[in-house]
Amino acid sequence: MNAALAIAPASPLLEVRGVGHFYGNRLGCQEVSFDLYPGEVLGIVGESGSGKTTLLSCLAGRLDFAEGRIRYDSRSDGLVDLATLSEAKRRVLMRTEWGIVHQNPRDGLRMGVSAGANIGERLMAVGQRHFGKIRAAAGDWLAQVEIAADRMDDLPMSFSGGMQQRLQIARNLVTGPRLVFMDEPTGGLDVSVQARLLDLLRRLVADMSLSVILVTHDLAVARLLAHRLMVMKGGHVVESGLTDQVLDDPHHPYTQLLVSSMLQV
Amino acid sequence: MDQSFVLQVRDLSKDFTVHTQGGVKIAVFAGLDLDLEAGRCVALHGPSGCGKSTLLRSLYANYKPDAGQILIRHGEAVVDMVSAEPRIVLAVRRYTLGYVSQFLRVIPRVPAIDVVAEPAILAGIPLALAREKAASLLERLNVSRRLWDLAPATFSGGEQQRVNVARGFIVDYPVLLLDEPTASLDAGNRETVVQLMEEAKARGAGLVGIFHDKEIRDRIADRLFDLPRLQSAA
Amino acid sequence: MSDILGGYNFAYLDEQTKRMIRRAILKAVAVPGYQVPFAGREMPLPYGWGTGGIQVTASVISADDVLKVIDQGADDTTNAVSIRRFFAKTAGVRTTTKTAEATLIQTRHRIPERRLTEGQIIVYQVPNPEPLRWMEPRESETRKMHALLEYGAMHVKLYEDIVHFGRIATSYDYPVRVNGRYIMAPSPIPKFDNPKMDGMPALQLFGAGREKRIYAVPPYTRVESLDFEDYPFEVQRWDQSCALCGATDSYLDEVITDDRGGRMFVCSDTDHCSERRAASDEAEGDGIRRPVEEEAAE
Repeated sequence: MNAALAIAPASPLLEVRGVGHFYGNRLGCQEVSFDLYPGEVLGIVGESGSGKTTLLSCLAGRLDFAEGRIRYDSRSDGLVDLATLSEAKRRVLMRTEWGIVHQNPRDGLRMGVSAGANIGERLMAVGQRHFGKIRAAAGDWLAQVEIAADRMDDLPMSFSGGMQQRLQIARNLVTGPRLVFMDEPTGGLDVSVQARLLDLLRRLVADMSLSVILVTHDLAVARLLAHRLMVMKGGHVVESGLTDQVLDDPHHPYTQLLVSSMLQV
Repeated sequence: MDQSFVLQVRDLSKDFTVHTQGGVKIAVFAGLDLDLEAGRCVALHGPSGCGKSTLLRSLYANYKPDAGQILIRHGEAVVDMVSAEPRIVLAVRRYTLGYVSQFLRVIPRVPAIDVVAEPAILAGIPLALAREKAASLLERLNVSRRLWDLAPATFSGGEQQRVNVARGFIVDYPVLLLDEPTASLDAGNRETVVQLMEEAKARGAGLVGIFHDKEIRDRIADRLFDLPRLQSAA
Repeated sequence: MSDILGGYNFAYLDEQTKRMIRRAILKAVAVPGYQVPFAGREMPLPYGWGTGGIQVTASVISADDVLKVIDQGADDTTNAVSIRRFFAKTAGVRTTTKTAEATLIQTRHRIPERRLTEGQIIVYQVPNPEPLRWMEPRESETRKMHALLEYGAMHVKLYEDIVHFGRIATSYDYPVRVNGRYIMAPSPIPKFDNPKMDGMPALQLFGAGREKRIYAVPPYTRVESLDFEDYPFEVQRWDQSCALCGATDSYLDEVITDDRGGRMFVCSDTDHCSERRAASDEAEGDGIRRPVEEEAAE
């Protein structure tokens, strides 16, 4: 026990208040509020259509949300309001402090360039101009995500789904982001491949003390990765709290249904 | 909270409402008070189904009580596990409050030695030292060395339980919660677990446990905490 | 200028169109390297034959200009000849093959070897004006990338070159950064010519007919070729010298001379080559026959 025991960081990285979005008359999500602290992994769970992906789009700045406020504590400019942040600054954030891991790696990778270039791109985007160093960093990251070094110059096209997903993760993490959005990162993968990916994500998230917003419908994935959960239904957050508390002692009828529907192995 | 206490429970109530079964409400306990001093062990006592495990899980914030406080001394601060934010609860679990459950929750692909070392690493112990501690605990608990680098998913119940115990004891938590830590262990390993608990007490940790084995309970517990049987509220 | 074709406005385009294009050119000069959209007109030749360059030339040419047109460095290729005739007929201007004499040069694929001077204008024909297009098909997105200086992807291309060929193998249309700001496609000139763009005393105008874009590099503007610290930009070098004029510092074309594998390397810039030979003729009178200048009579 030491001073580091101190009660975790005092100010949140992301501050979400009353966020809502409508598609015409149809509700996407509404009245979502939470704080995300550095190093925290927040899982957003719910069925398709529950509003979790809409919320993720609002948070990641891909959607001009209609209601509420999202503030992010940026390295460069301190607290910024995402709704009023210029597109230029938002895009800089996207490639420096944020990462997005898509369910389908094809949405997050450049399929036409080599694995090494996929990892190196973000470095080049932030001004790295030394080929040798970029290549070394790409090599390091391939090792981190357990891809053999001799695949560095191959196109992602020739990779398996699991490898593509790991490559996408490396591509996102190479610039040391602080906040990573993950949309069903293990969706569409075989169970054994999933396990490997989850293990990898757990390790990277802890090592880099990343803040993560993880959208998933898979409660087992949520249990393994998330520190806390928000359960969404019909666009609203119906329950939230510590991951194991929500899953082991669910209070809301919908959460109870969700948990009781989970397959036990 | 008085300096001599590491844990104080005040007026704690817990019930379950099961919506999937027509909203039936099951009261487990109400108005509980419990005090735990450093270096002492309290054994939860009462008939099966009286809520011993529920209380233990509530203390760990794995279950959410409906009323009351669970105050725990966390470094210089006192944290109420009932009302604290998740990240504070996680910090308490990381440094202050350990939990040895009956069953190991297996993490896919992670070798036994890393499963054991993980809490130590999270608590800031350097990797090499954490693995060293993990190895010595696995050794003491007679987990065969050839299993250390394998994921425990395929281990026997007893082997998994010993990995679980090692994981629970690797950090010198000031407060330890133990749910049948000796269940499914043979006499030799049971003895080791008792020693581990005694060592924890000796370094000043407060223990709350459920021990079905009377002999072990008598050896390790300083007093019993009786859970009153609640009438099931309609 | 008695031979001007009747029924057409001076230099083919109507004056309103020229004014519109001149406004685009002025904007392009004011924002070096920035692609200015313009309402490109149908021209009496197909896209890919230099319609963009011709519209720019038509908009800046005046009666007292002396026009030179080159294609791949040569004045005597079909494309160059057609365009030169086009302006001789529609504008009645004097044409030349001599870089030094020209006030206006329209080019495809080369910059003359002779250093251009103040007062000259060089017009490039551009097939693909957008250097980011190879990786981003959406115009709205590439415009944003330019606006926000998101140029990381340009280096991805060079990175891939080094990975696959051990060096930056891109040898033409090699991307440049203009005035420290916009990344620009220099049109398919060999990268050998890139250094000539840097600080050039002449005005450089670029016209893309199909894509309807005009961009410019004003005189004495910084033009840097993109590279890596450990793989600096390099131009092509040849072991040979020009078989005709002996030049060792010009861009060489390999010419097959017979069916038995005979070949030689000659200057791609025909004017440069003949100028050098003329100079050495005067000095030595070595009797090498100068190629017939096909259009000397025009």
